[in-house]
Amino acid sequence: MTDLAADLSGIKFTLDGEQVQAFAGETIWQVAKRQGTLIPHLCWRDAPGYRADGNCRVCMVEIEGERVLAASCIRTPSEGMVVNTANARVQKNRELVFELLACDMPARETSPNPQSHFWLQYDLLGQQEQPRFPSGRPGAGKQIPVDSAFHDASHPSIAVNLDDCIACGLCERACREVQVNDVIGMASRGMGAGPVFDVKDPMGLSSCVACGECVQACPTGALTEKTLLDVTATRREVYADAVKPSICPFCGVGCQTEVSLKGNHILKVDGRQGPANRGKLCVKGRFGMDYVMSPERLTTPLIRRNDAPKSRDANMQFADISSVFREASWEEAIAFAAGGMNTVRDTFGGQALAGFGSAKGTNEEAYLFQKYIRQGFKTNNVDHCTRLCHASSVAALMEGVGSGAVSAPFTAADDSDCILIIGCRPEQNHPVAATYLKQAAKRGAKLMVFDPRKQEMMRHASHSVIFNPGRDVPMINAMIHTIIEEEIYDLQYVQSNTVGFEALAEKVRDFSPEAMAEICGVEAQYLRELARTFAQSERAIIFWGMGVSQHVHGTDNVRTLIALSLITGHIGRPGTGIHPLRGQNNVQGSSDAGLIPMVYPNYKPVEDPAVRKRYEEAWDCSLDPHNGLTVVEIMHAMEAGEIRALYVQGENPAMSDPDQNHARKALASLDHLVVQDIFLTETAWFADVILPASAQPEKPGTYTNSNRQIQLGMPVRKPPGSARQDWHILMDMAKASGLDWGYTEIGQVYTEMASFMPCFDNISWERLMRETVVCYPATTVDGPGEEILFYDGFPTADGRAKLVPTDLVPPHELPDDDFPMVLTTGRLLEHWHTGAMTRRATHLNAQESVPVVSMHPRDIGEQGFSRGQQVTVETRRGAISLTLRADRDVTPGMLFIPFCFVEAPANFLTSPQLDPFGKIPEFKFSAARIKKANAETTI
Amino acid sequence: MQTAPITFKRRDPSLPKGRQISDQDLQDISKLLADMPRRTDMVIEALHVIQDSRGHISATAIAALAELFRLAQAEVFEVASFYHHFDIVREGEAIPAPVTIRVSTCVSCELAGAYALIDQLRAAVDADRVRIIASPCIGQCDGAPAAMIGKRIFRHATVQSLLAASDADNNQALLPDYQDMPAYLASGGYRVLAQVLDGEIEADAAVASMSDAGLRGLGGAGFPAGRKWGFVRAYPGPRLMTINGDEGEPGTFKDRELLERAPHRMLEGAQIAARVVGCERIYIYIRDEYPTARAILRREITALEASALDIVPMEIRRGAGAYICGEESAMIESIEGKRGLPRHKPPFIAEVGLFGRPTLNHNIETVAWIPDILQHGPQWFADQGWVEGHNGPRSFSVSGRIKNPGVKLAPAGIPLIRLIEDFCGGMAEGHEFKAFFPGGASGGIFPAHMADRAMDFGTWEKEGGFIGSHAVVILSQEDSVRDAALNTMRFFQHESCGQCSPCRNGTDKMVRLLEANVQSEALYQDLLTVMGDSSICGLGQAAGNCVKHLMKHFPAEFAHD
Repeated sequence: MTDLAADLSGIKFTLDGEQVQAFAGETIWQVAKRQGTLIPHLCWRDAPGYRADGNCRVCMVEIEGERVLAASCIRTPSEGMVVNTANARVQKNRELVFELLACDMPARETSPNPQSHFWLQYDLLGQQEQPRFPSGRPGAGKQIPVDSAFHDASHPSIAVNLDDCIACGLCERACREVQVNDVIGMASRGMGAGPVFDVKDPMGLSSCVACGECVQACPTGALTEKTLLDVTATRREVYADAVKPSICPFCGVGCQTEVSLKGNHILKVDGRQGPANRGKLCVKGRFGMDYVMSPERLTTPLIRRNDAPKSRDANMQFADISSVFREASWEEAIAFAAGGMNTVRDTFGGQALAGFGSAKGTNEEAYLFQKYIRQGFKTNNVDHCTRLCHASSVAALMEGVGSGAVSAPFTAADDSDCILIIGCRPEQNHPVAATYLKQAAKRGAKLMVFDPRKQEMMRHASHSVIFNPGRDVPMINAMIHTIIEEEIYDLQYVQSNTVGFEALAEKVRDFSPEAMAEICGVEAQYLRELARTFAQSERAIIFWGMGVSQHVHGTDNVRTLIALSLITGHIGRPGTGIHPLRGQNNVQGSSDAGLIPMVYPNYKPVEDPAVRKRYEEAWDCSLDPHNGLTVVEIMHAMEAGEIRALYVQGENPAMSDPDQNHARKALASLDHLVVQDIFLTETAWFADVILPASAQPEKPGTYTNSNRQIQLGMPVRKPPGSARQDWHILMDMAKASGLDWGYTEIGQVYTEMASFMPCFDNISWERLMRETVVCYPATTVDGPGEEILFYDGFPTADGRAKLVPTDLVPPHELPDDDFPMVLTTGRLLEHWHTGAMTRRATHLNAQESVPVVSMHPRDIGEQGFSRGQQVTVETRRGAISLTLRADRDVTPGMLFIPFCFVEAPANFLTSPQLDPFGKIPEFKFSAARIKKANAETTI
Repeated sequence: MQTAPITFKRRDPSLPKGRQISDQDLQDISKLLADMPRRTDMVIEALHVIQDSRGHISATAIAALAELFRLAQAEVFEVASFYHHFDIVREGEAIPAPVTIRVSTCVSCELAGAYALIDQLRAAVDADRVRIIASPCIGQCDGAPAAMIGKRIFRHATVQSLLAASDADNNQALLPDYQDMPAYLASGGYRVLAQVLDGEIEADAAVASMSDAGLRGLGGAGFPAGRKWGFVRAYPGPRLMTINGDEGEPGTFKDRELLERAPHRMLEGAQIAARVVGCERIYIYIRDEYPTARAILRREITALEASALDIVPMEIRRGAGAYICGEESAMIESIEGKRGLPRHKPPFIAEVGLFGRPTLNHNIETVAWIPDILQHGPQWFADQGWVEGHNGPRSFSVSGRIKNPGVKLAPAGIPLIRLIEDFCGGMAEGHEFKAFFPGGASGGIFPAHMADRAMDFGTWEKEGGFIGSHAVVILSQEDSVRDAALNTMRFFQHESCGQCSPCRNGTDKMVRLLEANVQSEALYQDLLTVMGDSSICGLGQAAGNCVKHLMKHFPAEFAHD
């Protein structure tokens, strides 16, 4: 109580006859709420990020001495003010405002949402008579006619029924201020005033990205999930019978969700107040969850039929599964799956086996998976798809700052003056993280966006830099050159916290902006301005993504970014840091848990005898003393016949790995392939046995997001058929391979894993059960975790960070006369990774259902193509056919293909050339050519 | 459980989401805008350039404009769609006819037959070539019925005069004879400004003079000018000044007349005020219905800038057909390039105004009196009131059933009946005085027997009205007070910005009740209560005054079918 009193600003006023005090900036509404009086409200949304607008006039209060009433949501009290929140005048006005609004709205019982915030608030006023005033709206007082000019069902996921709209503008604030997507405007005037999409376009044809924030914010039924409405999309049909907390299964942002269910059926998903998302979601998290209810879910174990040989050209897209696989009991399937692994081990030795774990599973599953491979087969051939995403980032970070995780969360952008993003498109791939960057830019922070392609973030940017693809190192080195040459680096920081400055300074001497300008396609003066702006900002932070890491010089790219951050001292303080944006929901956690061939949990080297000894004692076995192979190396070893059995849990190398002609051949050549997944993925086409697993909302465990926040996810629904939770399957596999694990609860797995990980100290399973989210590292058992790392020094031997000079390494395969275009690959907003989940999410697939290659309209015209036609894109490794999309974001001379489409897998084209340090392939740069599709061109 | 189908009109997979534009679209708009700064506050000016040159604004043009200004399409569209003078044409919609005739339909113009004129015009013209729009008041009430084509004004308009002009080029305003820079200088103009610049007149003394003279805000609120200067000066700079020339209150035309006769009185006053209060820039907001005044100001500001005087920089900003932008905070939003939504107060614009800075805002006539007050002294000004307690001369805009309508410079506080008899030549032939609006559409409507009261701030508030911008409209026995009240309510329904529900829905319901001739007084009283108590700004709070007075003072007409 004393603490609270100390925080009060000292403004004393009278609220409904009682003396009260207000915090600085607190509104009358908020004080009243604190005092236990909930003043009815419509346009005010009591949630973080929402600005009070005071337009609905429902929360009016009387302030003595003032001629008219005041909106309590927007009015702050002043000393001595006397406020009445519920006298007769206030009540009368409040009832009249509700009545005025209600008389233009559809009849409650047939409206899009009779349980909307509006009606529930109206109920608080007590029994009301029918509204008495005449209306001009087609739906007023009745069910909304489907031909109402205010009805718009053009969007696959959201129904717009503006007959039910009260023009409160919450959707606009949701879209513009909370998500900063800027699709909704409040247009026109008078009774015509209301929300529009773009230029009053049908929602489905607008630039709407379907984050659904507007739906979550709408206080009436004007914007409603279609999954709740009847076939006319005007009337509520479905109600949930349970609402459960959950976590989004898609990207590394780690949004907390609230899942509404009817039985085992997910009806809708809302954003929950998590530290990473603050109530927000993107299209995937909100509308992408019906993949778990897909009829394509695997419900029964499958074993390859003896008469169904494997072929590298297998394609089961439209195939009859029963002609290739037969159903099996779990007993038979486990015996077959583990037995096959055991046989290879016993015949060829453990090095002939490998496992791909998953960055989508829980920390506990990742831990168990690597334990199974290492303990059961005495090999370190265990890896996962972070190899394909951020292996180079992790390599450079471990080398430079001694830690593979982010130094600051993306929410640190709140405190930043300068935000540099490079090689990432967070609006597509980390949409909720992007909101913080855009909000910072709106508040006036500098935003530097570096990308070889144009992107919407550039509209918010103070500095937009479209540079030549693959030229990150010369560009960043030119900035470092400028900062050192102009002596605007942080000398004190460099001297006390880093090593290697002289070597760096020496190396970048050759990288003057003037010398690099042409190579990277950015003018020298501008490079200098960028360098100065970054260096001279008070607090600057760097974010990067796959555009930086997926190159043969990916590790060098990251080294330059780390150096840029270190020499300017922009690390270890609020608003500063380095943050590789993580692509998968648990890519941080599965790396932490040791799904890496060179390290045990917490990045402890397998080749360190002391470390190994500890595990050998704990696991009561002998372990492989040598580093294992990485993903792409494993594929090569499979093709060479050196690896004969592979266990894949929740990964899809047949789509995600480069140079698919070889990758699929390698998969087809295995003696024994175990695939544990929820769908018959492209990888499962090559399986000997398929174990039906559980989707993320069906199993317990923890996930670690990009911000190092460990979040607890508990099952909200049952898996279909006889599909089982992954950790149960792993335990059975272990048992069948002769291991005696004996876990009875998932928490035991966490506790064992955490015992090897000092970074999880003070974060017990019980604490996670209680708090549901904790950021690691945590220094006390109840205090908050450390969001910002490296306040004082680095977790390296000498406590200093290492500056690593880098050379100019060109992309592996430069364009030439035969292959004149630069092909780059990536994701679409709606499709996550290889599309295994999102292509089966009906709402997402409805928006992006066709494989496309994007090209600048000028190139399309000049090269004699027309958009919409079928084209073939070819590299030295393969060719695929798809639809040509005209996109001004793609720089002339470039092609972009998302890798989520099984019909045209982009990775048939990509290069398997690896970065020497991170062993990550160069997905972002291939020489390609494009031509009109031949009818016979197939993959 | 059958729910809404997710199938939808699939967007074209050969394009990214949303409306796409070509390099050509961008170049075209870029060329049109020439060297206009691509800043958010210039969006309305940019929309004017497109509307003026093309006669409409296409969705593609909005998208191109958005890209050039680094805004979202919705951000441009919501602004464009707020202002009635922008014709937005989306794909597949018809382009408006090349000629637009706006016929004013304010009460004075309606009395003079505006609706009959509209009907006749519609019957006479080829709709593909000429579009007839019933417009809110265009500030020519002493020349009713009045109309506009392009930048030309037609007073006492007839079908013949308008049709004859519809073929002509109406893109340039016709400039009347007015007091230009040399003439103003010759009459002693800018000497007071020079004294202020020299320090001969000190800032504190100037502020005191305004207070002593009793100069009040003549845009309608009547706030004492001296006090306002004191407030704004007290806030830390940088400060800005705005001049409110959005004279949209139906029946008001005094500011237009002032600008079209003696623009430098306002300019000198504004310069003095800006100097005294310490404002770094002056934005002059002129309604789009005043092309003549705007053209004059453009010329005379150029002349003033070319003079030896040390001038505070001035910019003209053009309204786009929105009455609400006469409300000072809505005007400021409009100058910032946004929709004209009135702001919540507090904070008042004196503290947080244009671009978030302390802002001094004045009406045209208010600042025009400043040089005279400083030259002749506050007592000279104060003495020109009708009796003790009423200070200064006032410009009354008088129209309706009187013999000589026009701007009447009369003493503040003059009884209305004397204004009619002594300044307007009495009632028009054959008309008997029946009722009057003392302050435009929002000040209420009163019966003739109340015309003995002082025409000044403070009188009509007691009766539930106000004098506002001193716009007096006189009705006679020929006229229906009910019709006048409905005309007024329709105006407010049309001009409500739509921000707050009491005004947006209340004005709409009031019109619908009147149109349906609903007799239940309780319904009207409830609307008056919620609009009066709970609207954000004065528009909504005062919009029902005429209906309130219809019920109170003209019960027979209220009940009449």
